[in-house]
Amino acid sequence: MTIDTSTVVGIAPGLRLQHEKAQDSWVLLYPEGMVKLNQSAAEILQRCDGERDLSQVIELLEKDFEQTGLEADVLSFVKIAREQKWIKLLNAESKQQG
Amino acid sequence: MDNNSDQSSVIDTDKPGPPLWLLAELTYRCPLHCAFCFNPIGFDKIENELDTAGWIKTLRQARELGSVQVGFSGGEPMLRQDLEEIVAEARSLGYYTNLLTSGVGLKPKRARALKDAGLDHVQLSFQDSTKELNDFLSNTKTYDLKKEVAAMIKDNDWPMVLNCVIHRMNIDYIDKIIELALDLGAETLELANTQFYSWAKLNRDSLLPSREQIDKAYAVTERYREKYADRIRIISVIPDYYENRPKKCMNGWGNVFLTITPDGTALPCHTAGMLPGLEFPNVKDHSISDIWYESEGFNRYRGKGWMKEPCRSCPEQEEDLGGCRCQAYMLTGDPAAADPVCDKSPHRGVIDEAVARAQNGDTAEAHPLVFRDPKASQRLSTGKDGADVLLPG
Repeated sequence: MTIDTSTVVGIAPGLRLQHEKAQDSWVLLYPEGMVKLNQSAAEILQRCDGERDLSQVIELLEKDFEQTGLEADVLSFVKIAREQKWIKLLNAESKQQG
Repeated sequence: MDNNSDQSSVIDTDKPGPPLWLLAELTYRCPLHCAFCFNPIGFDKIENELDTAGWIKTLRQARELGSVQVGFSGGEPMLRQDLEEIVAEARSLGYYTNLLTSGVGLKPKRARALKDAGLDHVQLSFQDSTKELNDFLSNTKTYDLKKEVAAMIKDNDWPMVLNCVIHRMNIDYIDKIIELALDLGAETLELANTQFYSWAKLNRDSLLPSREQIDKAYAVTERYREKYADRIRIISVIPDYYENRPKKCMNGWGNVFLTITPDGTALPCHTAGMLPGLEFPNVKDHSISDIWYESEGFNRYRGKGWMKEPCRSCPEQEEDLGGCRCQAYMLTGDPAAADPVCDKSPHRGVIDEAVARAQNGDTAEAHPLVFRDPKASQRLSTGKDGADVLLPG
């Protein structure tokens, strides 16, 4: 499945994104392990809720951070996140099917 | 638990980071009798398991400090009837909850209850993929049951990590083990090379593979890794006896890892209780914060201040922090010595001797396997509080 702005992205099953006060950062938890996320990764993943497509994620980020031109950065991060198996990809159809 | 976990580490000699990883050894009771078990030889002497309230208090205090991964282990943690209650508390505190189990005692109804409690992940241990060998090595009939448990893990949408302890008697069947993991739909397979502590140390001559076996298994594993990269992640590490630098044990003493044993004793690793001259605090008497930051047990081998030569002046001391304190003690008699796996250690010869015996290959018959069971535990343990007896290296 190719990744473009119409792709819907959610956190992969079995993983959990949460904020850790003791580490002052967002982390991604998976079986017996943890990735500490940098700020941009955390901001992107928090908006990947399995409902929004990436164009909506990008729009939201640009609005929240008063920036433009984030598309390339977001798409390249999502590709990395997919390689790491941190996320699942859904197309609009499978999302409607639930 | 092994050393393969991908943990972010916090190395700061001034102020230690939080105990990110909490291993809760809920009980030493176990229906299996594995010859490579890392529970203390004297496990049968341990009484007074921490009760439900004791575990809940421990979970709360550790979480407050920053613990985020919790492993429920043992023995067999499912023998605790309050497991669901403990898991539910851990999950509600925000832990990622891992159950490390042999699968014995898991029925669909209990699996569902654990799912409802919020259990995040089940790591299922397999002794081997060959039924006969599996039953021999674990000394019980469990293989068919594990297939059923693997199906329950799938039914509950848990990520499935299979863990198989690798040793001299099963390493030649590593292709079958990987195929079984693929067959069961495991996402991750940990090929955990036997680490020679406790029962595995007693049985070392029977369990340590030869160099040829390791090389062959490595080549086979690489082939599968490449072929099935999309389907399964295979984790394996060469046994440290065949390395010339030691492992950075537990990612550093008192660095990220906190073990609580069944009676509430806090340890920097699950075998540290064997070390002489060191008192380890109990959660019944001390807070987790005091244990982690203030206790002598956790501070003794933290960082580098305790090192002797050759570690003290070694340019690589940051890489492995001198290796494993338990291995140093077991094989040299001195817990502050360099881990003798290191070829800079004056005691490297004890490792080379064990490797030479493994190459020789006819030692297993002379030393029949000692299975982990209560009778053997009573017979072999003379140490205090169930500490391991020190056997000649």
